[in-house]
Order: sequence, then C-alpha cells, then structure tokens
Amino acid sequence: MKITIASGKGGTGKTTVSSNLTTYLASLGKKVVLADLDVEEPNSALFIDSTLVNTKVSNKMIPQWNATDCLLCGKCEEVCNFNAILHLPEEIRVFPELCHSCYACSELCPTSSLPMVAEKIGLINEYESELFSMVEGRLDLGQEMSIPLIAQTIEYVDEHFPEHIKIYDAPPGTSCPVIEASRYSDFVILITEATPFGLNDLKLAVETMKVLNQKVGVIINRYGIGDDGVEKYCQDENIPIITKIKNDREVAKLYSNGELIYNKIEHFKNSLDEIITFIGGLK
Amino acid sequence: MREIVVISGKGGTGKTSLSASFAYLAKQDAVVCDCDVDAANMHLLLDANFKEQRDFHSGELAIINPQICTNCGDCFDVCRFDAITKETDFHVVDAISCEGCHYCSRICPVEAITMQTQKTGDIFISDIKNGAKMIHAKLGFGAENSGKLVSKVKQIAKELALKEDKSYVITDGSPGIGCPVISSLSGANLVVLVTEATVSGLHDLQRVYQLTKTFNLNVVCIINKYDLNMDVTKKIEIYLEEQEVAVIAKLPYDEDFTKAVSVAKPIVEFDENCKLTEQISSSWEKIKIILKDR
Repeated sequence: MKITIASGKGGTGKTTVSSNLTTYLASLGKKVVLADLDVEEPNSALFIDSTLVNTKVSNKMIPQWNATDCLLCGKCEEVCNFNAILHLPEEIRVFPELCHSCYACSELCPTSSLPMVAEKIGLINEYESELFSMVEGRLDLGQEMSIPLIAQTIEYVDEHFPEHIKIYDAPPGTSCPVIEASRYSDFVILITEATPFGLNDLKLAVETMKVLNQKVGVIINRYGIGDDGVEKYCQDENIPIITKIKNDREVAKLYSNGELIYNKIEHFKNSLDEIITFIGGLK
Repeated sequence: MREIVVISGKGGTGKTSLSASFAYLAKQDAVVCDCDVDAANMHLLLDANFKEQRDFHSGELAIINPQICTNCGDCFDVCRFDAITKETDFHVVDAISCEGCHYCSRICPVEAITMQTQKTGDIFISDIKNGAKMIHAKLGFGAENSGKLVSKVKQIAKELALKEDKSYVITDGSPGIGCPVISSLSGANLVVLVTEATVSGLHDLQRVYQLTKTFNLNVVCIINKYDLNMDVTKKIEIYLEEQEVAVIAKLPYDEDFTKAVSVAKPIVEFDENCKLTEQISSSWEKIKIILKDR
C-alpha cells in the first residue's frame, strides 16, 4: 500500500500528518516507512528522533563533450529540444541545468563525442528511528529539476522496503513534482484548510489527480477557522472527508518545536484514528 | 522600476497575505505579479477581474500515427522517460510521461511520430481593487515548465511597469527552491524572505537564503508567527545576523491572517487600524527606503 499525502497549497499540514501518522502506525505494530518527497525542502526528519544510517548520491545523466573526435557538425545542438547544447565555432558547450537526460545528443552524435556522465543533483538519506525507517530526497541548492530525485527516492524505498506500507510526504503545488510523487500511489490524501486559499488550491489539486486517475480523500486542517466552502465542494464532488483536524494553537506550538503531536493531543490522535480506519477500508 | 520578490522556501508562512498587502499599499504605483503559477491565489485577495487572457504554449508532445506505425519498437528503445508503450499493432505515447525531447520522432524509420506544441497554461492580465494591474497565470493540470510560465508572467509584468512608468513590480513567488523559484528570482532588486518561528520554517529559510546568495541578491526577512516559539525566533535571528540579513518585521501569530483571507481581503484592508497593519505598513516603507538607497 502506497499513500501520498499532498496539497495544492503549502503549509497546510502535509508533514505534520505524515510524520505523526507514520509514527503512530509503527507504534501499533505496522510495518511502515515514511518517504519525504518534498526534495526541495525536506523536513520530516526534523520531527522524528532518528539516526542517519545510509546516504546515496543521486545523479542525473548529462552529456560531456569530448573534443578529440568531434567534427563540430552541430548535430547535437540540432537534436536538443531544451537548448542545453550550444554549438560554438570551436567548441560544444553543455548547460547541465537545462538538460533533461534524453540521450538524443549523445546517441545521435556521429563520432560519439558526447558520452553521458553522472552529475550529482542531491542525496537520498535513510534514517532509522526506534520503530521505523524514513527516507528523504534532498535536492542540491541551485538544481532546478527535482523530478529525477523524486523518482530515485521512490525507487530506493521500493527496493529497500518492498513489504512496507509506504507514506509519501509530497511537495506542495500541482505541477510535475507532485505528479511524480502521486502517480504510482494507491491513494492520494489531500490536506487543505477551510479558507478560500485552501479551497482554490484543493480544486487545482483534485483536477490534477483526475488527470492521473488517482482516487482522493480530503483532510481539513485547522478546522473551525475559515468558512464552509471546502466542505460544500467535497460534498458536491463526492470526495470523502477523511477527518477534520481542529484548529489548535497548541498543535501549532508543538509543530514549531519539531515535536510529534498525536501522543500529546487527544483530538489530534482521534483524527489519526479516523485516517487509519479510512485507509484500512481502502482496497 | 524596482522588482520585489517575496518567497519563503516553506509553504504557508504568509507570503501571499504579505505580498497582497504590499500590493494594496503601493496603490497604483505598482504592477503586481503572482508567480506561484502552480497554485495561484493572490487574485482572491485583490479582486482580480481576469480582464485579458493569453494562451501559454510550452513544451511538445510526441504523437504516433497508428496508421503509419510499423510497431518496430525503435521509439520504445530510445525513450528514457518510459513514455512509450506497445499496443497490439502499434506504439502509443503517454502524455504525462512524455518530456517532449523529440528523440523518438527523429529516429522513427517511417516518420510516424509528429511533435505537437502544447498549450500548458493561461496568463491573465487583471485590474485589481486598488486600481493597479496584476499579471497572474494558471498552469494546466499536470503540466510541466512552470519555470517558463513564471518567466513569461514576470516579463509581461515588467514590460507593463516600464510602459506605464510604475515604480514597483511586486512578485509573489512559489514555495520550494526549484525551477519556478529560480525563475521568479531573476532580475529581482530585493528579495523578501518570509519565514515562521517553526523548526521547518528555519530549515527552509536557510536553504532558500543560500539559494538567493548564489545569485548575489539583496535580501531582507520578515519573521511571521514569531511568538509561537521564541526559541526558534532567537535561532532565526542569530542565523540572519550571521548572514547580515535585516529583519524588517516580526509579526505575531494572529488568526486575523486567516480571517482576512476568508473575506478575501489583504490584512491591511481587513483591519486598517490594527497592530498588524501598522507593522506591515512600516515594513513596506522600509522596503521603499532600501530600494531607494540601492
């Protein structure tokens, strides 16, 4: 079972729910692993008392110019659809940040003068806590493309924890990073707030998940503040509301300190119970 | 014309509430620009009227003509994105996986594959409630290239600001440190980092600040919800002091932020006389002075 916890809007509680839910499930004896796929700003590890046990370098493949046999014919520049190659009078220049690793320049070069080489884009870190393991992808600063790292983090988790329930903490938004973090999951939980911002971004996220044919359920966080727009929308769209987490400054405070919440605040734990019951009912 | 870009690393720290407030305070002397094209919602606070719409085209998609396809599988062999699958009599492209690299169409021996330009978003030019103009966008569901859309939105905003002789472009950025954020930073005269007094706020602030440093940008910071955790606020202040980044405001944890959003108003319009409004107004004045000095 793979569950993605996502949201259109940032700061709605993805990390709070995923880190607490995973810990709680583990404490109930479940085999569970948490994957932090918000590789631009991974911070699940801040909430879990754990030790780093393994680190793997994440690479993307880029062409590297080899001048020896190059005819400077310009075929590479012609076939690159991302403007990542510049054909200069006496040189071929590669712009790694624009490269999508399609291999076209490398494999269509008549003299094989652009072999593909690995370039580091980030790290995959595995942490162990008392009860469960956690894996995060961490993008290097200045790297633009997070997709390859998200894909590799998912692969790492699949390889090392094939039998586990997998909880994916997704990045915010609705574009390619979220899609990568959601497309292989069995179910997507969208977390929102009951505000016009929350509703606007929830709608965008729901539409995105429709493109992926993903089934979704909604958690309303900070419930009690804001309006009833989100609830009405979910009813109209037949989207299950899995739980409503009460607006509570104490929760915000524990979160601010990097602390887990479910073991200190009863209503929050009750919400997690509702999530677990819901997940249990999924096929 | 000076461009102010508001970003945060972490989502939900108050970027949009603050940039909409600055936009409201700048009155007609600014063009406002929402670069969070993934999940744009600044228009909700500023009564944007979606006056003008433009299509945004970016990226290509491979299409295999099943009548021509001989099912040889060459396209499948070269595709690095697992975007091509084999049907009984021909191959097909999965639109979500296709990166538009063109490789398959170049090597197809029977030229069965064509590349189609994709409409991946809409750009809007709106009038907003204080008489200014706002540029915003909506990325297509599941679309790529949000960085390019951000660049386009910024370009339109800057051209408009120059044409109409406005003093400021106020840009609301997106969370993260990846391609849309990097695109939103280009050409910024001042970056306002909005953080919050939480361990994740601090963690994400450090990463996003380091990113701005690689581009040699001028940076100031606003600490939101500072009273939620004084220890973390202290750590944020120490970090910023080491980095010689000025803190232009420390705002309290205040549910008025959410209440203002619920009635679709920037906080400075929601309650013109409250302490928050006073603080935000004073940070806007500071921003103007900083920009004048530079």
